[in-house]
Amino acid sequence: MPWIEADESVPLTLSVNGVSHHLDVDARVTLLDALREHLQLTGTKKGCDHGQCGACTVLVNGRRINSCLSLAVMHRADEITTIEGLGTPDALHPLQAAFVETDGFQCGYCTSGQICSAIGMLDEWRAGWPSHAGAGAGPARTIDAAEIRERMSGNLCRCAAYPRIVEAITRYAAGEGAEA
Amino acid sequence: MTDATVKMDAPFPASLLDSAPAPTVGTAQPRIDGPRKVSGTARYAAEHFPEGLAHGVLLRAPIGCGRITGVDAEAALAMPGVLALIRDERLIRNGGDFAGAAAPVQGVDEVAYFGQPIGVVVADSPERARAAALSVKVTYEAAPGVFDMEAARGTALPPTDDIYGLFLIHTEQGDVDRTAHEAAALVDAVWRTPSQSHAAMEPHASVAVWQDGRLTLHASYQSPVVTRDQLATVMGLQPSEVRILSPFVGGGFGGKLGVMPEAVAAAIAARHLGRPVKVVMTRQQVFETTGRRPMTHQRVRLAADAAGRLTVLQHETITDQLAGEVFFEPAGLATHLLYAGENRLVDHKVVRTNKLLGVSMRAPGEAIGQLALECAMDELAEALDLDPIELRLRNEPERHPELGIPFSSRALVDCLRHGADRFGWASRNRVPGGLRDGEWLVGHGMAAAARGNLFGPSRARVRIDAGGRVMVETEMTDIGTGTYTVLAQIAADLLGVPLARVEVRLGDTDDPASAGSGGSWGAATSGSAVYAACAELRARLAAAAGLPADTLTFADGMVTASGFRRPIAELVGDGLSVEGSVQPGESNSRFNQTSYGAHFCEVRVHAVTGELRVARWNSVFAAGRILNRQTATSQAIGGVVFGIGGALTEELVHDPRSGKVVNRDLGEYHVPVHADIPPIDVHFLEERDPVANPLLAKGVGELGVCGSGAAVANAVYNATGVRVRDFPITLDKVLAGLPPVSAARRRA
Repeated sequence: MPWIEADESVPLTLSVNGVSHHLDVDARVTLLDALREHLQLTGTKKGCDHGQCGACTVLVNGRRINSCLSLAVMHRADEITTIEGLGTPDALHPLQAAFVETDGFQCGYCTSGQICSAIGMLDEWRAGWPSHAGAGAGPARTIDAAEIRERMSGNLCRCAAYPRIVEAITRYAAGEGAEA
Repeated sequence: MTDATVKMDAPFPASLLDSAPAPTVGTAQPRIDGPRKVSGTARYAAEHFPEGLAHGVLLRAPIGCGRITGVDAEAALAMPGVLALIRDERLIRNGGDFAGAAAPVQGVDEVAYFGQPIGVVVADSPERARAAALSVKVTYEAAPGVFDMEAARGTALPPTDDIYGLFLIHTEQGDVDRTAHEAAALVDAVWRTPSQSHAAMEPHASVAVWQDGRLTLHASYQSPVVTRDQLATVMGLQPSEVRILSPFVGGGFGGKLGVMPEAVAAAIAARHLGRPVKVVMTRQQVFETTGRRPMTHQRVRLAADAAGRLTVLQHETITDQLAGEVFFEPAGLATHLLYAGENRLVDHKVVRTNKLLGVSMRAPGEAIGQLALECAMDELAEALDLDPIELRLRNEPERHPELGIPFSSRALVDCLRHGADRFGWASRNRVPGGLRDGEWLVGHGMAAAARGNLFGPSRARVRIDAGGRVMVETEMTDIGTGTYTVLAQIAADLLGVPLARVEVRLGDTDDPASAGSGGSWGAATSGSAVYAACAELRARLAAAAGLPADTLTFADGMVTASGFRRPIAELVGDGLSVEGSVQPGESNSRFNQTSYGAHFCEVRVHAVTGELRVARWNSVFAAGRILNRQTATSQAIGGVVFGIGGALTEELVHDPRSGKVVNRDLGEYHVPVHADIPPIDVHFLEERDPVANPLLAKGVGELGVCGSGAAVANAVYNATGVRVRDFPITLDKVLAGLPPVSAARRRA
């Protein structure tokens, strides 16, 4: 990538939820701010802007990242999925529906990040990524609450819906055959 | 303007809610705003983009005390896209109080705490505004400030105000000193709690738009009317010239009650530039520039006779606050009423420090006051060789022990007994440090919970349109508390329409004013206003039917009586609209109204490293009618976890040289995370409070945080034999006192 000055406007195409968006952005614009301020896809939330709360979690080529820690100009070739790309109020993704059923949120501000993070997390689990919970990951095992808690600890919830988020993810994982 | 008013002057013999044939109230209902929240389509304050929007960044003081002598913005203003540096004397230094229309302290030159706002830099993009703010050069004269409350404890003085009579500064009866000397058992110790931060997930944010001289603010506030009135005073406007919209609020916990600096900055900048301005606080600014729970030094002295009856309850709190501010942390609140005992003294004093404004934070006073009181009760039980539940049972008062008035309802004893059963308390190990499971020392602890049930005036409009659809409108907010759903349930049950036929609109100051979200009063106050409106609508529907209201049944969208059955839509003509209101009354002074609970937990402490883990939890609560078991349970869980955070991890650290918040982000201020929290079992007892309000409900939102931290601390003691009275209980504080690794008994 060529050197870009701060405040330099950079032409950019971002593919978000299967739609290509042509933007001219200040080189300092984060992926999070490109989504929120430029595309007005405000489902992705800004809680800390420092990668400490997880509210801005999106999926980049299927992997979960904190979008506040990434510049928009780094994502020209990527497919980005945000909460808006998972489901709509009238046609919720099964994990979104599970959050409503279990009351896995209160104020709702961390929720988009929790849901996107959980989807990425379950893929990591299926791929055999280890965690500190240490039970051993992989397609042969059903994910348990201790693993979910450990792997979701980058997503803070001050309302503390934690037990109900774990329940929502557990229900969804069982339904989707995460244990496959 | 109000069509039906209910005043809390006498108990309610019956509630119309109990006449609903198929009630939703009392059941577990999913949130009606849930699909919008989980799909990212609920719009929060910062998520509005009016045409021509500019972006403001707060400029803040780099010293803890002194005076700003100069601001050099030449370089900043020369940067591309930078529109202005505004240092308007109307900018507020301190955030606003939780009630009243008075302007908070204003000004941009005198510095009272590190990080206070001294200006706002505006540019055409957030990146440009941020870069410009960073390049502004501020000169100052620093002055010696008071940054260390403990060092300045000798300067503590009584607070200047009892905050509308809610917080008693000093009460005293009997002779605590003489009685303490004659006691069979005595606990006399000091508990310390640090500053804490609300740390709501959504940072404070305001988008200000001026149109035809009227200010509209998209903002994140718990009580928009209070914020509107304060903002109007600050700006020199009439309240009617300001409209605040807060339909979705990403958490509050007391940190979004009064007007905060970003709202005033956005309003002033937008006026100055003639275009909309958005000011969003950074996370660091939220920590440094909004508000905190003040730190406390609490002396608790409890004495009992040989039969385990309390003879002395003494609770003296020293806390800190900025000079001139009336709010203080009322840590002795629950000590007035939780237990019987003849000789009592509750006192509060304040040290004036140069640290971020102290404000209400979830269960002000009670959250950290019960941390001390309920730990002291545990120590007293041990001194008496009594089970801590038994000690509480022996000191259950029949009436308010200081005022002599009756309790409206009080099920503390039932909470203790049910909780003990659910937890299996009777079979616990009673020898501190005496139970080990592998590398972990295992301890069990309990504590009681109490939270005052407050009531304030509230209004709501309920409309039935010609199609039979119901609309509820009130300025009340839903900050995660479930208001949208609970108000819809009340209207659906009372008017006999399906929940899906009810729409609720919240958080608009142009709608009827409510008591706002705070003090656990939101659901009961706004819900009672909806009740009042619906009762009047029932009367009007009865009149339209030509039948007495008490002969009618409202269900399935039909109004039914003997020989009469009509769809509600056929009785409303072009539509009906009624505004209901509720007022506190004599019941609020003739009775003490309090919600109760009991917490039980298992804590595991690593025998070698001192790592602390909460492993198991049961809480039982009695808070009158539970309006929605789903959302109330979430509130209770959230409160318990708030208490666990206060017990084990949360501490806002101030630099003793400047008062600056050192750990000003979510990486360093440790709120509990997923891995810290086990399943939390919450059980509500069936209770109706006929005094509280026509819903027969009491407050839930802050009850969980009361006492829960003490249950943790008491379990840590049971696990390790170490009493930590300096919160939070981090591993360094238990490590030195852990039993020798080889000495602990292993679990059979």
